Amino acid sequence: MSTVRLLVGTRKGAFVMTADGRREKWDISGPHFAGWEIYHVKGSPVDPNRLYASQTSGWFGQVIQRSDDGGKTWAPTGNEFTYDGVPGTHQWYDGTPHPWEFARVWHLEPSLTDPDLVYAGVEDAALFRSTDGGASWHELSGLRGHQTGSAWQPGAGGMCLHTILLDPKKPERMFVAISAAGAFRSDDAGVTWRPINRGLQSEGIPDPDAEVGHCVHRIAQHRARPDVLFMQKHWDVMRSDDGGDSWREVSGNLPTDFGFPIDIHAHEPDTVYVVPIKSDSEHYPLDGKLQVYRSRTGGDEWEALTNGLPQSNCYVNVLRDAMAVDSLDSCGIYFGTTGGQVYASSDAGERWNAIVRDLPAVLSVEVQTLP
Amino acid sequence: MIRVVLPAHLRALARVNGEVELELNVATATQRDLLDALEARYPVLRGTLRDHVTLKRRPFVRFFACERDLSHESSDTPLPASVANGTEPFLVVGAMAGG
Repeated sequence: MSTVRLLVGTRKGAFVMTADGRREKWDISGPHFAGWEIYHVKGSPVDPNRLYASQTSGWFGQVIQRSDDGGKTWAPTGNEFTYDGVPGTHQWYDGTPHPWEFARVWHLEPSLTDPDLVYAGVEDAALFRSTDGGASWHELSGLRGHQTGSAWQPGAGGMCLHTILLDPKKPERMFVAISAAGAFRSDDAGVTWRPINRGLQSEGIPDPDAEVGHCVHRIAQHRARPDVLFMQKHWDVMRSDDGGDSWREVSGNLPTDFGFPIDIHAHEPDTVYVVPIKSDSEHYPLDGKLQVYRSRTGGDEWEALTNGLPQSNCYVNVLRDAMAVDSLDSCGIYFGTTGGQVYASSDAGERWNAIVRDLPAVLSVEVQTLP
Repeated sequence: MIRVVLPAHLRALARVNGEVELELNVATATQRDLLDALEARYPVLRGTLRDHVTLKRRPFVRFFACERDLSHESSDTPLPASVANGTEPFLVVGAMAGG
């Protein structure tokens, strides 16, 4: 029987959770790297025992950890993230120029074909690549060097590059998203980039449909249909059918279209999941009811999934990297909350159970489906 | 022999228990000599105490010794004699910043 392994990053360490295909009984190990913020942990698609973790601290900076045995043991790898050339400035919150300063790695994206090749999305926004299993990192500076770079500005959480999507059908194509600059696409393996934000409308910037400046929270892509992208923006859930060249809003009947994560069913490319959050200043569910919303029509029409989730006095948030899906026949959906709960559904969201309820605030959830 | 006390998180990262002892083959050891030797012996500490490129101390890292704050001393200033001869340890401290 297949097994499922969850990789959970929290404010105070990482946790590895494993279960068999029934996904009823979970073995939990951790905290790994106790006391450190673990922004993200992710495994290589071609070598599932190869894991990368972003370990970070306001005191002691950035560490990248690597495991070659599925998270049983770890070793630090390279942690030098130096911007290419003279970094220059981006916009600060008040619109004044602010120097680019490395803060942390938000997201690690291992290659689809090579376990030693891994990408890192960092704050202040930039994309780095390692071709030696994390020992050394080099910036793909065509992104930050885009002519709009000096106009990018931070979102409330910092100016982070939080989403990296590698196109499974076009190896030269990559997507990234930056808060608050927007979405970008490369068609030459990361050398050059262009903004792909046509159709986005955002308040809080001088020109609501500007080329850049949009606070994109997360983008999801289904491997079988990589030209279709779903986006949770600050406000608005969006869809693109042309690889990001244009977007249209698919918020439909969502009770609020603010939120952070968005993900897609493993076997149904038009089944999409979001977690509506009340507003940009009230980062908790509407009416204290934690609800995942699912669209089975590729957006526009949404249904609430609540069975097993708290429906009163719940004021947690679900952060942008804290939702994942497994690829078992009955697709499992997982998400973690800032209240330390990790919820799992083994039936595509119909029923939910808490795997664990009292972790530190959850920053990220990834899942591996193992043979 | 110079004694260095690391904060718990960095002891865990470097996989050491207790104090670190360093032999510096210089006549008059400076803070820079000490940190260079520490990072040479424990490469995993590179970037955690000071910037990789500028070698500037990280803002939330402090250096104490002999009941004094040496954080703002020039890195080329000789270490206090009692640190250089191992009588007193050199303390690497995470700034008291809540939590």
